[in-house]
Amino acid sequence: MTSPVPEEDVFVTLEINGRVVRCVTEARTHLIDFLRDEASVLGSHVSCEHGVCGACTVQVNGEIARGCLILAAQVDGSKIDTVEGLGTNALLRKLQEAFVKHNALQCGFCTPGMLLTALEFIERRPSTNRAEIRKAISGNYCRCTGYHSIVEAIAEVAESRRGPGVH
Amino acid sequence: MKSSPFAYVRAQSVTEAIDLLERHGDDGRLLAGGQSLLPMLAYRMSSPSTLIDIGRINELRFIEQDDGVIRIGALTRHADLETNNLIANQLPLIARAVQNIAHSAIRNRGTIGGSLALADPAAQLPACMIALDATIVTCGRLGERRIEADAFFRGTYETALSNKELLTCVEVPLAAAGTRVHFAQLSRRHGDFAIVGLAGIRSPGPKLVDPLRLVYFGCGHRAARATQTEALLRAQNSSSRAAILDSLSHDLHPTTDLNATAEMRLHLAAVLAERALGELFS
Repeated sequence: MTSPVPEEDVFVTLEINGRVVRCVTEARTHLIDFLRDEASVLGSHVSCEHGVCGACTVQVNGEIARGCLILAAQVDGSKIDTVEGLGTNALLRKLQEAFVKHNALQCGFCTPGMLLTALEFIERRPSTNRAEIRKAISGNYCRCTGYHSIVEAIAEVAESRRGPGVH
Repeated sequence: MKSSPFAYVRAQSVTEAIDLLERHGDDGRLLAGGQSLLPMLAYRMSSPSTLIDIGRINELRFIEQDDGVIRIGALTRHADLETNNLIANQLPLIARAVQNIAHSAIRNRGTIGGSLALADPAAQLPACMIALDATIVTCGRLGERRIEADAFFRGTYETALSNKELLTCVEVPLAAAGTRVHFAQLSRRHGDFAIVGLAGIRSPGPKLVDPLRLVYFGCGHRAARATQTEALLRAQNSSSRAAILDSLSHDLHPTTDLNATAEMRLHLAAVLAERALGELFS
């Protein structure tokens, strides 16, 4: 049996926000660095680089993941969506509008990760409450400490989808 | 922080993974979901020369019921466990534990096999496997090995797995009707590592010989049963705080870190034991 041979440089193809990007990159390149440095897709941010802050949250084949906890090589052939590629998603648009209305951002660094996390959470849990929303965004750090208004914005969108009563 | 350079190779099957481990296992590491390994690489706590990616071996992603056991493939993701009906109905301990693992973005990628093979002392699933008396199934060039969960975990990041073997699945025996489970962990924020956690199970049976298991995690170098405390509480199902603390001080060997002193951990372990009694014996 012939097994494949390990390589330090790998050829990676990703469909990023509908655009196919192909290039050779180091095997150790994180997905978030591939997006920013190779594909110039800058919507998702890099901060802690060890999976605790949530700033680099992206969608991989429709599910959210940490861009710093995935190698580009691991997801070769996958569909990657970032906040800028989801502009046509009606629910994301509602979340963005609610964030603006509630002043749910100050510097905006955490916002792309917050939006993608909130989007998946509301899609999976149509019926929710503020305590669950706080748990859902507990993996996304806002260093301007704007959590209250972020929770309010997400709760408003959740409420608008299923009627009033998000406590 | 960036990892040291390494070579990457993707295994397409269990057979191929074993072959790659034979060739590169000495200085290589398996990559499953990567949710713990990638931070360790970034911190350079680990600098393998080769990563063998097993993440796409779909034959290892399953949850099935089979002759008195539930078999869970190593590459089953935490998010799969969270939404699976068999797990929700038959293994509620796991269903509850999984909700405490990090955050949704991490549960979408992290795998049960990865968590068990890493054996982080603060991880939830090793404690659940010991509480549920699960069997860990591994595979290498010489074939399959079946290891009791309690013997599989040896210490911080140490297991019975050799560097030429792959963890393929776990087998969890179905609990008898009337079995009660309890899961709790204390951490500063939801999704953080446990300062102390407890997975408890009590099966129905004659008084005084009730199988009772209390497995603590985040409270020593590995998830471990508190056997003296089990015996104490099995006999009288309630006890004074002082008696529980005394038996836990024999069972557990907590350490001090930035989150808590060893003494505080022991205190919290006693608090969790008292809370568990209500649910396990009610």
